[in-house]
Amino acid sequence: MSDLTIRVENLSKQFHIGGKQESYSTLRDVLANAVTAPLRKTGRLLRGQATAAADLNETIWALKDISFEVKKGEVVGIIGRNGAGKSTLLKVLSRITEPTKGYAEIHGRVGSLLEVGTGFHPELTGRENIYLNGAILGMKRPEIIKKFDEIVAFAEIEKFIDTPVKHYSSGMYLRLAFAVAAHLEPEILIVDEVLAVGDARFQKKCLNKMQDVGQEGRTVLFVSHNMAAVARLCQRAILLEEGMIVKDGPANEVVRRYLSSEIDISAIHHWDDVTKAPGDDIVRLRSVGVRDKENQISESIDIREPVWVDIEYDVLRPDQIFVPYGDVYNEEGVHVFSTFDLDPAWRRKPRPTGRYVSTFEIPGNFLSEGMFFVSLAIWTFTPHFYDYFYVHNAVSFNIIDHGDGNSARGDYLGRMAGVVRPLLRWSTQFDPLTRP
Amino acid sequence: MGYNNQDSDASPALTDTPVIRIEASRGWVSLKLRELWEYRELSYFLIWRDIKVRYKQTVLGAAWAIIQPFFTMVVFSLFFGQLAKIPSDGIPYPIFSYAALVPWTFFANGLGKASNSLVGSSNLIKKVYFPRLAIPIASVLSGIIDFVLSFIILIGLMLYYGITPTANVVWLPFLLALSFIIALGVSLWLSALNVQFRDVQYIIPFITQLWLFATPIAYPSSILPYKWKTLYAMNPMVGVVEGFRWALLGTDTAPGPIIIVSSLVALLLLVSGALYFRRLEKTFADVV
Repeated sequence: MSDLTIRVENLSKQFHIGGKQESYSTLRDVLANAVTAPLRKTGRLLRGQATAAADLNETIWALKDISFEVKKGEVVGIIGRNGAGKSTLLKVLSRITEPTKGYAEIHGRVGSLLEVGTGFHPELTGRENIYLNGAILGMKRPEIIKKFDEIVAFAEIEKFIDTPVKHYSSGMYLRLAFAVAAHLEPEILIVDEVLAVGDARFQKKCLNKMQDVGQEGRTVLFVSHNMAAVARLCQRAILLEEGMIVKDGPANEVVRRYLSSEIDISAIHHWDDVTKAPGDDIVRLRSVGVRDKENQISESIDIREPVWVDIEYDVLRPDQIFVPYGDVYNEEGVHVFSTFDLDPAWRRKPRPTGRYVSTFEIPGNFLSEGMFFVSLAIWTFTPHFYDYFYVHNAVSFNIIDHGDGNSARGDYLGRMAGVVRPLLRWSTQFDPLTRP
Repeated sequence: MGYNNQDSDASPALTDTPVIRIEASRGWVSLKLRELWEYRELSYFLIWRDIKVRYKQTVLGAAWAIIQPFFTMVVFSLFFGQLAKIPSDGIPYPIFSYAALVPWTFFANGLGKASNSLVGSSNLIKKVYFPRLAIPIASVLSGIIDFVLSFIILIGLMLYYGITPTANVVWLPFLLALSFIIALGVSLWLSALNVQFRDVQYIIPFITQLWLFATPIAYPSSILPYKWKTLYAMNPMVGVVEGFRWALLGTDTAPGPIIIVSSLVALLLLVSGALYFRRLEKTFADVV
């Protein structure tokens, strides 16, 4: 296969971690260890196995049997929780740290950007730092000279190019750092979370630059917590969990999988054990469900269709007044709206004991695409405010736009921003007699 | 760059691109000097950075390069030359000690800086790949400017004392290279150890101080009994210092055998240091 750029086979990396063994119980232990430890360490040192942490048997596998292949020109996102092994994987592929087992083969020049501004020296000027940082990132001098003006223009620091960077604002510093990095031209680019720099406008510029890199046919490995960026920039994503690959496939699917595993929820939540259900001996939640127009519990809902959220609860003490209440958040954690049960049938009315199901309907053509999370509560305002329970992210669902042409996106198939996506009524006045 | 951003089904870039295999290394590993050479531009920039920033925000600036050996010479002349009446092979004591202090300062400063260089560059080591050997090499080499400045003062002193150098000055570059090799060899051991055991940074000033007195700087090696000479030359800086005096001041202690022993010890230090360094290199990013 000539178009293979990265091949990773059973790659594993073990770390020694200092831990419990160091918590000495008595002063005598401390002293005894102080005497014996240097001797043991010296012995090990002479054998050439100088690892200060080798005393501590505790080890973790940061990567376990990772295998995958990347073809030329692929842009691959690597996602996962903190500590899942993403950065370790990038460090191994960048040759910063060695694997414990397995191997990786890399065809081509690698540029890795695990941090922007590595090696920047505050006393040096912007100009000097461009040369230094370029060399550190592996650029040759003629290459830096050729790109110099472009880098300065990208960073928007023309006026301050001969000022020591210690006098730069943090924004200018980051812009310059990213600008150098963005002009690297290796066949394989390894990027870790560098997009989290600068203000919103500059971030957008960086994202566009990244997109260009991908379109130029270079191979990119990209670690990020910004799921929207991963979904947009990458065709493919790899989800890591505790050092292992749990999913490898089209970026959209993997991102969705990550988001749902991250929060661990679904379209139905039922409390089997009544004593553990939210609430108290006045009112207790039984279940929450998301329903589509076929009356089926469903995790994915067409953007044009309404969604029903059912809240099933038992009232255990008579003659109380309840206000069911819901909060809806999107996948970026934006609070989209709150809603109170204002149904006149039970509003401000004391209820007899029994089972109730309160439902709210979110209209079709209202929410935008993506994941939504519903948090639920039952409150009362009479005789005074009381919060019986609040269940964070009780259920979740996906809004899907099939792009058939009759949703709010019309014929546009690109990314649409916005928390809601209403189908608004447009009208156009036309008057052929008025000249502009 | 021969990079093709068109529709590249022929993928010309791949045919001539190197294949890197990343896997665990076992035991002693090769020095990868070729790769070090490929990264020479980075070494150059690291040296350039060290030199550029060294005397930033100091009042006296580059004068510090001269002050250190010069005032040591003044103190030595006062205490050892004037008070203790230590012999100086028939050469005025100030220039006798200063000619030794110039290479010594290059060595001692290089040793001090290079031994702490890996720890000081932890940020680079954790974020960028390059042959780590470049760091201590650059640290020692960046002292060359200081050496040149203090050497100019040495020339001034020689003029003042009316000493004309012998034809042996042609050996000076070799002697300077020898002191570079010694400084680097020791630093490779110490800098690699320092990554794991920060004890090293406390030992270095102590080592340097002892080493100063184990080297004929304040006194001539001629005051030692002959039978100790070979053992004495095991300290490779003896060869460098005696060589400097012999080449510049024309002392009659022909250092031939000493220099041979010193060079052998220096090479041993360099090779063993480089191998040890390379062996520990894989742990640097995880431990530093």
